[in-house]
Amino acid sequence: MLPEISLNILDVAQNSIRAGSKLTCISVDIDTAADTLCVVIKDNGCGMTSEQVQRVTDPFFTTRTTRKIGLGVPFFKMAAENTGGSFSIESEVGKGTVVTASFGLSHIDRMPLGDMTFTIHSLVTLNCDIDFVYRYSVDRRSFTLDTREFREILGGVPFDTPEVSAYIKEYLEENRAEVDNGRVY
Amino acid sequence: MKTLAELQAIRDKMKNQVDIRAEDSSCIRVVVGMATCGIAAGARPVLKAFSDAVQEKGLHNVMVTQTGCIGLCQYEPIVEIIEPGKEKVTYIKMDAAKAAEVVEHHLIGGEVVSKYTIGNSELK
Repeated sequence: MLPEISLNILDVAQNSIRAGSKLTCISVDIDTAADTLCVVIKDNGCGMTSEQVQRVTDPFFTTRTTRKIGLGVPFFKMAAENTGGSFSIESEVGKGTVVTASFGLSHIDRMPLGDMTFTIHSLVTLNCDIDFVYRYSVDRRSFTLDTREFREILGGVPFDTPEVSAYIKEYLEENRAEVDNGRVY
Repeated sequence: MKTLAELQAIRDKMKNQVDIRAEDSSCIRVVVGMATCGIAAGARPVLKAFSDAVQEKGLHNVMVTQTGCIGLCQYEPIVEIIEPGKEKVTYIKMDAAKAAEVVEHHLIGGEVVSKYTIGNSELK
């Protein structure tokens, strides 16, 4: 299994990229009262047929041609369910896919959230022509990063330009600290 | 706190420069495997090492990108260096420290670090 939730998010986001998604929305919502940590990854890529959706959580099913095993999705599902949470995938061909994973926040088997800053930063700066919207919330505090907003302001300056890349990293770190007060989830 | 005005200032500064980042044919591509196997084996710190080095050392002719499953999962993390006119070099079982060496000797120095390449190991 991947050791952090952020790596699972990175993994699923890679799937979205491969599916040709032009806008991928990632949200991590922590609700201390309900004791949940909920991850949603929504893309507008090529989507899957209902048959593929049923089979995608099977480790012996993959659309890759290099190997016969696809472990990312089944492990993510197991990780969520191990904490008393839930996992679901909805998809429509030509529209896109939504992956929802809900974790029991205080469950002893819940893996740490991990380094979301680097995950989002690398997704944004290594895929300059794909738009990402990332929302992180803990109870009532939240922040959103929307690359469409940045893109409009930057007018053609790519995200992997050193100054922009540094800006994005600081933006993510500062806002995260504001939202969770430095608390490690 | 970061403001959008700061981003605007960066844009204004960059627009005044003649060439921002020319993606020309002499670009060296560093391709890091980022499928589940790669991520599980530790590709993220390798990716971080490469992208931080490119930024810190100002390596404008180097582009760091990612790829999916290469099919050699037992050798992950894998990094491929693609330079136009030269043979592709595949580094296997990478970590952040080896990445730093590859940046110094291969990307900057132009010499392949053969002890980390796939050709150096026995393919099973």
